[in-house]
Amino acid sequence: MKKLKSTWYNMAIVLTLIAVIAGGLLAYVNSITEGPIAEINQKNEDQAKKDVLCTDEIEILNETTINLDGKEFIVYNAGEKGCAVKAVDPNNASFGGDLTIMVGFDPDGNVLGYSILNTNETPGLGAKAADWFQKDGKGSIIGMNPGAKELTVRKDGGDVDAITASTITSRSFLRAVNAAYDAYRQSLGRGPIPAPDTQTGATQQASANEVVEVVEEVVDSVELN
Amino acid sequence: MNYLKVLLNGIVKENPTFVLLLGMCPTLGTTSSALNGMSMGLATMAVLICSNFVISLVKNVIPDMVRIPSFIVVIASLVTVLQMLIKAYAPDIDKSLGLFIPLIVVNCIILGRAEAFAAKNNPVASIFDGIGMGLGFSIALTLLGAVREILGTGHVFGVELFSDSYGALIFVLAPGAFIALGYLIAIINKIKN
Repeated sequence: MKKLKSTWYNMAIVLTLIAVIAGGLLAYVNSITEGPIAEINQKNEDQAKKDVLCTDEIEILNETTINLDGKEFIVYNAGEKGCAVKAVDPNNASFGGDLTIMVGFDPDGNVLGYSILNTNETPGLGAKAADWFQKDGKGSIIGMNPGAKELTVRKDGGDVDAITASTITSRSFLRAVNAAYDAYRQSLGRGPIPAPDTQTGATQQASANEVVEVVEEVVDSVELN
Repeated sequence: MNYLKVLLNGIVKENPTFVLLLGMCPTLGTTSSALNGMSMGLATMAVLICSNFVISLVKNVIPDMVRIPSFIVVIASLVTVLQMLIKAYAPDIDKSLGLFIPLIVVNCIILGRAEAFAAKNNPVASIFDGIGMGLGFSIALTLLGAVREILGTGHVFGVELFSDSYGALIFVLAPGAFIALGYLIAIINKIKN
């Protein structure tokens, strides 16, 4: 078969046809894989609820959807065992897009556990968040109470060790945890905790450091591109 | 056409990583461990074989002036299909490689082979070229991943060789990727000459 000539007519037809066929193929594969993917996500979420409450069996008594700053938080109340909260970073300023986590609180509001549901962080660095803040991780947040003191990284005057070379990810993660706590309180009808004074010296100094960290993380992400 | 020759061409003579120096971005980015490197290599190979085959089949109905956008649409669709399938049926691979799969679209090896080989040769030869180039890429990534993992953590494929307190973290991070790749290319050039 002879090769088609590059006339306007041919080019338009061929490009349109290729796009239509590709679109059709994608729609078809999507319709097949949609079910299994949703199932896996659901399974991961159910497992995450158990993990963050440190238990093998949970019974969700009720489920409340809370809106904070236009973001949706879901609070799963498991009675005496505490609450699991599906939360996102309210500022959405994580390094690589949405960060969705599940956090467990005991009835006193202490962090029982957490699990990362969805992240687009730099694998190997930002992705370390999955272990870093756990009980035997270097920046453990287990047992802390965001109500008593908002969780922030040490550079911002807090008590949590940030992930090495991934401070932005760490901040984003802690914001999500703090927001989860707000949602958890609201679901109990206790209203939001008063906003802390943001103009402390620590915060101002932090913004100077931030530039350095942005550069650091950009260097990390160059690896990907 | 000698298909064996086409196959070996990709693995040895024109190895995409060590000789053509194509696709450096995934090479440096995904080789923090031998297993990651190998998975990335194999995923790329799967896309490369399919894209070479499809492009070779349709090469005559694509006018020259729109060949690049057409190739990109074909490649991007195949990668998206692969990503959806991995998400649905191999969630473990998705967890470790998730972010890198979409990046296969912009891997120059795939567009490069479409342009340099598949657009000029028959479908069967194109499949062999895909296998050869894919294997060459996988071997290179596995090798680089293994070197970085051993030097950086003392492990290879998760097996401990020496305690990771002796490992040099730099080899797991970005600069180590450049250093290790540079030395590997030098060693391979030395052997070849």
